[in-house]
Amino acid sequence: MMPETDAILSRLHAALPAAAVAQRRNPGPSGQHSLLVAPEHLVAVCQFLRDTPDLDFDLLTNVTGVDWPDPAKADAVAVPLEETPAAACGFLEVVYHLYATTRRVGPLVLRARTADRATGVQIPSVVPVYRSAEFQEREIYDLFGVVFTGHPDLRRILMWDEFEDHPMRKDYVAPDDYQYEPTPHDAVLEKAKLHYPAPASDNKSPGLC
Amino acid sequence: MPPAVNPASAPGLDADQLLRVSLGPQHPSTHGVFRMNVVLDGETVVSLKPVFGYLHRNHEKIAEGITYLSSMPFTDRLDYICPLTNNWALAQAVEKLAGIEVPERAEYIRVITAELTRLINHTAFVGFFLGDMGAWGSALMYAFREREKILDLFEDLTGARMMSNFMRFGGCRNDLPDGWAARASALVDEFPRFLDELENLTAGNEILLARTRNVGALSKEALINGGITGPMLRAAGVNYDIRKADPYGIYDRFSFRIPLGEKGDCLDRLMIRFLELRESLAILRQALDQLPEGPYINPKAKIRNFKPPVGEAYARIEGPKGELGFHLISDGSANPFRYRIRPPSFINLTLLEDMCLGLDLADVVIILGSVDIVLGEVDR
Repeated sequence: MMPETDAILSRLHAALPAAAVAQRRNPGPSGQHSLLVAPEHLVAVCQFLRDTPDLDFDLLTNVTGVDWPDPAKADAVAVPLEETPAAACGFLEVVYHLYATTRRVGPLVLRARTADRATGVQIPSVVPVYRSAEFQEREIYDLFGVVFTGHPDLRRILMWDEFEDHPMRKDYVAPDDYQYEPTPHDAVLEKAKLHYPAPASDNKSPGLC
Repeated sequence: MPPAVNPASAPGLDADQLLRVSLGPQHPSTHGVFRMNVVLDGETVVSLKPVFGYLHRNHEKIAEGITYLSSMPFTDRLDYICPLTNNWALAQAVEKLAGIEVPERAEYIRVITAELTRLINHTAFVGFFLGDMGAWGSALMYAFREREKILDLFEDLTGARMMSNFMRFGGCRNDLPDGWAARASALVDEFPRFLDELENLTAGNEILLARTRNVGALSKEALINGGITGPMLRAAGVNYDIRKADPYGIYDRFSFRIPLGEKGDCLDRLMIRFLELRESLAILRQALDQLPEGPYINPKAKIRNFKPPVGEAYARIEGPKGELGFHLISDGSANPFRYRIRPPSFINLTLLEDMCLGLDLADVVIILGSVDIVLGEVDR
């Protein structure tokens, strides 16, 4: 059914017998099936895919973070080939798109899932294998809260350093006013009083006047 | 957990006599609001950390709350120099996600608009690049004069000079207006004369050669590993153009060559743009000559109540700046469950520090210019 991922999967099983890799079927018309890799084997799998001469997946072009509060939904998009019990709780997922520049094939889609969405959000960083993931992993850390262990410089990248939440999570609630200085509108001003303390006499605190 | 605040962000002179400079965000050479925290030893760069996010509006989050088609106008604002290629990238991803066929005439219109966009981007690049070197004005004005002629064509076709919102899933929004193809054809005929003029003006200039030769080169392997795509990658001699390597649309019908550089320094990156301009003109010539009659949009394509089947798709095009990809995940509803853009400008900056280390601060400006970024796409 899936010749390319099938062949790569058997090569992977032969080379890395311990690695837990399973195929996932894409039910849509695009036909881009994927390989679900256990996080602890991700770096070894990437290393194998890049360094095996006749596979030669040298370009990691895209890294996508996905938030799945409902694990059943995740299995509907990436369907397991045999019946497997769905995860007990929601999780975060990272999807990698690999291409081979000289053989001109791809995309090979890898996916890795965290244990949950609260504390078990670690996934090993693939930056030692593919440098192109550096900023993209920082972006996923910033917007989704996936912690990439082994990343050389894991900081927020698009949001400011003091920001505390992860805005791309499905349960993220946007603040009622984005503006530091809210628009002079009675309702907004009333709401804003909940956020900001009363103006101090030295005029330096971010109060409203 | 990593430290919350970047330790290199405080400007000033360090105890070890290194100078920390915050270059940007309000700086004419940063092509928008982009900042670099540079650590200098004298004039030499010892560390360079890019700082992003000044234009961040979380387009990807907005897209999850609206329908697929509603995101089309937002893509215009990604790389606002080339809205039509952005439109195409999204349309192509959705077509792959939902399995929609595109009629032949629409494919031709797409190729014509995309290659005209490439003409705009690369001529503007030359102007901006010269501006970064201090030749502020002349080259950019020449480039923008020609750009304006192409924007006139776009205005007639889409109703807007830049914010085109033109592609639809399964084709284009409207057909070419009367006489449009003839005027585009005349522009393609005249363009090489301007190109010769621009190339004569710039390419042999001694100052330009001195400032760009052997500046910012990296090895092929490092560039591929760093995810660099587009003219930057081909300037180093890597033969990887998605129009040939992974043909989309009808690019396999045209005969054109992929120009390759030798060393990958800033001079090669400039010259590769000149050569690509000429190849784009060759594609335009063929496309305009072969333009068939027929529908400009698939009549079976659903506009209202459009719900792609459950699944995911990654589709990419060779944008003027590099590989522009869209990764869409559908849960069967009218809005995308996940809408991810693979922005070439952003990922091409991954190796900015590697290219700049050990060079002078003045070279940083040139190297950043040679990457060709647009901050609307970097920050999304």
